[in-house]
Amino acid sequence: MRSDRSTSAPLGLKIAAIGGLAFLHIPILLIFLYAFTTEEKSYQFPPPGLTLQWFAVTWNRPDVWEALTLSVKVATIATAIALVLGTFCAAAVSQTRFFGRETISLLVILPIALPGIITGIALRSAFSMADIPFSFWTIVLGHATFCIVVVYNNAVARFRRVSGSLIEASMDLGADGFQTFRHVILPNIGTALLAGGMLAFALSFDEVIVTTFTGGQQSTLPIWMLEELIRPRQRPVTNVVAMVVMLVTFLPILAAYYLTRDGDQIAGAGK
Amino acid sequence: MSALATEATILPNRPGLTGRISDFLWKHPYVLLAVLLGPPVLWLGIIYLGSLFALLLQSFFSIDDFSGLINYEFTLATYKQLLSDANFDIIVRTVLMAATVTLFSALIAFPIAYYAARYAKGKWKAVFYLGVMLPLWSSYLVKIYAWKLILAKEGILTWAFTKLNLLWLLDGWLALPIIGGNSLSVSYTGTFLVFVYVWMPFMILPIQAALERVPGNLIEASSDLGGTPQQTFRHVLFPLALPGIVAGSIFTFSLTLGDYIIPQIVGSSRLFIGQAVYAQQGTAGNIPLAAAFTVVPIVIMGLYLWMAKRMGAFDAL
Repeated sequence: MRSDRSTSAPLGLKIAAIGGLAFLHIPILLIFLYAFTTEEKSYQFPPPGLTLQWFAVTWNRPDVWEALTLSVKVATIATAIALVLGTFCAAAVSQTRFFGRETISLLVILPIALPGIITGIALRSAFSMADIPFSFWTIVLGHATFCIVVVYNNAVARFRRVSGSLIEASMDLGADGFQTFRHVILPNIGTALLAGGMLAFALSFDEVIVTTFTGGQQSTLPIWMLEELIRPRQRPVTNVVAMVVMLVTFLPILAAYYLTRDGDQIAGAGK
Repeated sequence: MSALATEATILPNRPGLTGRISDFLWKHPYVLLAVLLGPPVLWLGIIYLGSLFALLLQSFFSIDDFSGLINYEFTLATYKQLLSDANFDIIVRTVLMAATVTLFSALIAFPIAYYAARYAKGKWKAVFYLGVMLPLWSSYLVKIYAWKLILAKEGILTWAFTKLNLLWLLDGWLALPIIGGNSLSVSYTGTFLVFVYVWMPFMILPIQAALERVPGNLIEASSDLGGTPQQTFRHVLFPLALPGIVAGSIFTFSLTLGDYIIPQIVGSSRLFIGQAVYAQQGTAGNIPLAAAFTVVPIVIMGLYLWMAKRMGAFDAL
């Protein structure tokens, strides 16, 4: 029998837990407040007044649009590469047993386990040694490298639950490998891949450290943001961009959560 | 099973090109494995590991003081330079900061994880999960920007202290040596707060995972046997949660160790390892020393991971 004591938390714990969550969320709420402030020279609190005019100003700024477009392009291509490589790697690691499996997992995780500055400077010095000019593609190359792990983690977790007997059954019934992939494997791992892809997109969209090293003259949205952080020039525009970035990254996170939440109901799970 | 039964199950080969390819891959699983593993391993092996080794190799070269060019001869001179007083200070400062950030992250994260693991049910469980995931995944730079707003002299923190008539406390804190400064945004206290804010969410999920695996009846058995809540926590719960804390600390420690943007934006002019790497490879153009600096976090994290593995932290990930 379970005692009822465990159903309600001690008051101290409740306060500490809720206080901790408040600590995590109050700064984010402030970002939303500051996007509407009328103050443009300082970070004055409380804001002297509220206005919507900065949204219009930001909308008409070509540099913000350029940075945003570049970020979306880089994130899309990097995610696509990461999806292919991550899924391949996950399929190999989870469906077969081979020597060096652990090493492969380590290799995939390494780009994100080591500090971003190491990845960034390593890539930068390799590019300059190989005389590769910094461009759009060098940014993509860097981003794809550390996005693989996100897709891989999601796909491996799902592959473990997809029963091998389903694949054998499909082959026994006459489907070839490609048909099995298309009609049996893909429907089962689809949502996990979508979730992994969304997180990879969010990761790439937000990346700044590796980008500072692998980018040339181009500025992605985080680079634009970093410039403003170091030398604030247009605080109101930065406030609005910060809020928009926050909203844009929330969407894929929420979507990824809802996509993987029902992961227990995979056909053939537990067999 | 006899040979007869095996023979009866073999179907004729599949027709068409895709059929032949899939038959071939099914009969030669190692070819399939090579096809699957080839692209990701080549990508990571060549692009990532290749660059990493090239970088580490450069730490054994040195820079010519007069021409500023890299001297491609094996030498340990760069490592000697790394251990000079000024550079060693940077390393000690960074490691101390990473350790403090990790400790405080654990203190803040533990109650959240504990509540989420033991008491949150149904809807609240989802609220806690998303409440941790959203700050964890939301934009790194925007989070730092939020703290720039908070820590600014005219910002919310000064306002709150003024309203509470506690401004003397803030001023007294800033007057302290080392951790103080002209304002919070140029002091170690500010750097520390931002580090904790940005990396603490990484601590919560591993602790929560470890706590969720502690069977409830262990806690009850402890109190049935006369353990006070403090004793139960000290002797039952905490040892079982420790692998989760160590797993989380891998993230907070490693991420603090390599960060160069937070101390650049919120902090004093004294450098951290990440900033030193950035300065050496950029303005100073001393790639060998920058490479030697990157070896420091790699070695520290290597030792750290080795210890964490011995404590069973990887099962909590």
